[in-house]
Amino acid sequence: MTQPTAMKDRSQLRQKQMIAEHYSRLAAAPDTGDKSAYTFVPGNLTELLRSFDLLPVLPEINALQSAMRGKSRDYISTAEKLGHSEDVCTYVKCDVGMMKSGNVGPTGERLPDPDLLLLSYTGCFTFMKWFEILREEYDCPVAMLHVPYQADGQITDNMRKYVVDQLRDKVIPELERVSGKAYDEDRLKEMLARSAQAEDDLVWVLESAKHRPSPIDAYFGGVYYIGPIFTAFRGTKDAVAYYRELREEVQQRIDAGLGPVTPEGDMGEERFRIVVEGPPNWTSFREFWKMFADEGAVSVSSTYTKVGGVYDMGFRHDPDHPLETMADYCLGCYTNLNLPSRVDMLVRYIEEFNADGLLINSIKSCNSFSAGQLMILREVENRTGKPGGFIESDLVDPRYFSAANIKNRLESYFQMIEQKRSGGTQ
Amino acid sequence: MSGANLGPLLERAEALYRDYQLGSVKDWKATTGGKAVGFMPVYVPRELLAAQGVLPVGIMGGGEDLEIIRGDAYYQSYICHIPRSTIELGLNGSMDVLDGMIFPAICDVIRNLSGMWKLRFPDKLSRYLDVPQNFDDGIGGQFYRHELEQLSSDLEALGARKYDAEALREAITVYNENRRLIDGLYELRRDTPWKVPTSELYVVLRAGLVLPVEEFNEMLVAYRDAVQTDSSRKPMDQARVLVTGSFCEQPPLGLIKTLERSGCYIVDDDFVQVHRWIQGEISTEGDPLDSLVHAFLKDSIASPTRYIADEEKGRALLDRVAESKAEGVLFCAPSFCDPALLDQPMIVRAIEKHNVPWTAFKYAENNSQFQVIREQAGTFADSIKLWSGVDA
Repeated sequence: MTQPTAMKDRSQLRQKQMIAEHYSRLAAAPDTGDKSAYTFVPGNLTELLRSFDLLPVLPEINALQSAMRGKSRDYISTAEKLGHSEDVCTYVKCDVGMMKSGNVGPTGERLPDPDLLLLSYTGCFTFMKWFEILREEYDCPVAMLHVPYQADGQITDNMRKYVVDQLRDKVIPELERVSGKAYDEDRLKEMLARSAQAEDDLVWVLESAKHRPSPIDAYFGGVYYIGPIFTAFRGTKDAVAYYRELREEVQQRIDAGLGPVTPEGDMGEERFRIVVEGPPNWTSFREFWKMFADEGAVSVSSTYTKVGGVYDMGFRHDPDHPLETMADYCLGCYTNLNLPSRVDMLVRYIEEFNADGLLINSIKSCNSFSAGQLMILREVENRTGKPGGFIESDLVDPRYFSAANIKNRLESYFQMIEQKRSGGTQ
Repeated sequence: MSGANLGPLLERAEALYRDYQLGSVKDWKATTGGKAVGFMPVYVPRELLAAQGVLPVGIMGGGEDLEIIRGDAYYQSYICHIPRSTIELGLNGSMDVLDGMIFPAICDVIRNLSGMWKLRFPDKLSRYLDVPQNFDDGIGGQFYRHELEQLSSDLEALGARKYDAEALREAITVYNENRRLIDGLYELRRDTPWKVPTSELYVVLRAGLVLPVEEFNEMLVAYRDAVQTDSSRKPMDQARVLVTGSFCEQPPLGLIKTLERSGCYIVDDDFVQVHRWIQGEISTEGDPLDSLVHAFLKDSIASPTRYIADEEKGRALLDRVAESKAEGVLFCAPSFCDPALLDQPMIVRAIEKHNVPWTAFKYAENNSQFQVIREQAGTFADSIKLWSGVDA
């Protein structure tokens, strides 16, 4: 049976084109001489990389793209046959399997080997091991940026200085060596200024979900077309244009009283407003999204879209203090926040977005997110009086997506919200 | 002390190891009026705590004896066992005697547990100890020194003595002696593993987690003297193995005994690694806080929890294989342990290049059935005896 085709907005077409061009440029890199740096989404230094004309390659994005194309099962199997444990992160195993299978990217073209591994160790211990594994495979330098954890819910001067020292004395000299170009702070500042400009529009779009009906889905839409462009393109003119266009489109939806775009087209009546914590499942992304849309459930805010930065909490890149602002950005990513801060943020989302409750999608692969989520659920329920729901799946391992089980749980959860409403507990 | 006195010593050590109510810590507090602060694996600078009059108490989870009643409600099935048993100990009052907890940077699970502790036990000190993954004195060193200064201030706010450089030098001296004694026992086990069964050494090391270091040192001396003079212990035809991967959640004692009974002499391991995290002596010259920092940066063990920057991955394990004359490696990691299990394929590759035999299995701290592991380890030991060919 043919699946319905969703209408794509102008911004989504622009995004598609930007991503296609990026991957084409990567595929052509061995011929053009363009150099690439493999790096991670949280705490990424996109502006800095681009100021050296280095192209970012993001292994997590490759892994989730592989999952959406139905490739991850075989890639994970390849990695497990090589001795990688069934217990560990499937992003890593999917990436290893993809590399061992020819390193073919989402557009069907081979990705270049890295000229640099930029290990931004932010908010996830696995990143460190991941790049040790990649280092064994590639003959290229590694620049390590260790970002300390916000254990007490704040960024201290000591943390900031530690990150700035590493940027200045370790990362930038390595970028200079690999790119053959000198550090150009003025160019970096220009990019950071463009980032801040796009960040304003990004936050406006995210906050648009405070409207009823919400014109966006801040989880599925958030990871599908609102957030991703930010990581690899931050600091570019394209990113500024993209977010301006997206903002205009969302304004039009608000004016027209429309809900969010879904894979099946415009969503019908908005029945439930949910805050979602945790990454999505990528292997059955569309099916997963549809389970919400069919119930009239819209995510008005989510945390996974904040692993690339907590702009909605006020952070903006500051071009006047380039290294310090990059340090603050890295330190502030969602997975680098302690549990009390995460609880505070979720409570704030539920209150400010007038949500009906918190739903946690707990991911087997991701201890950084998952460890402690059951406690987060209870804390948020206690503080808001709103019901919490809990489902389990995995990032890119299709063996851990049980559609019937998740659907049952979601339906029960939505029923629970309705019961609460009819009981006058709203 | 003669071999005949080993029984009471080991009984005491095992009683301390199994005392989740931390009776010895209660006694120590009642006697001294001091503060006691717990810490999770792998490493905390115990010298600093001791220098401020605080008893560092190692909390290695609930082991095989603790029944988990509420802890499982805090964790999904795919998360390792140590955080759920630790929460259980917190909730059932076993850790009430502690004035605080330190959670070192080891993995995301223990990291997040530090926040859970803040939420669940707001009246206690809950301190995440971030350690640098940059090992330059001027970068990671400065960061770590500041972390230690902050820890010292937190202890003082808790009611501990004020930081004093001379007191820290004295504490370093006593812990240096502690490291020498433990290294001596590891060396004795390497040379004569039949004299120092790991199942004994392990409970002694576990007992040391709840004792003041001076008392622990006395126990180590007594144990060493007793096994050295015990002529009843004779060598057996066992395979010499190095056990790795068990640095955080500890294996149940029954598992260690099973490995020994299956025909293995454990000649090196990473159990209770806090005792051997710093490999040599810490200097008592100059600023002692700088010495602690320097030792962490330059003399820590090559753990999977540390970023290995320039060295060949697996080199440190190969050196240990050579030094201990191990004939094979047992990868013995807790289920769902990210640092150990993500590291393992890289280390396997490194040792395979040198034809070091290996096998791997997983455990949880509360496992009680070891038949499958016994068969696996026994077969491994037999294969080593038949076809050994290590060239590390």
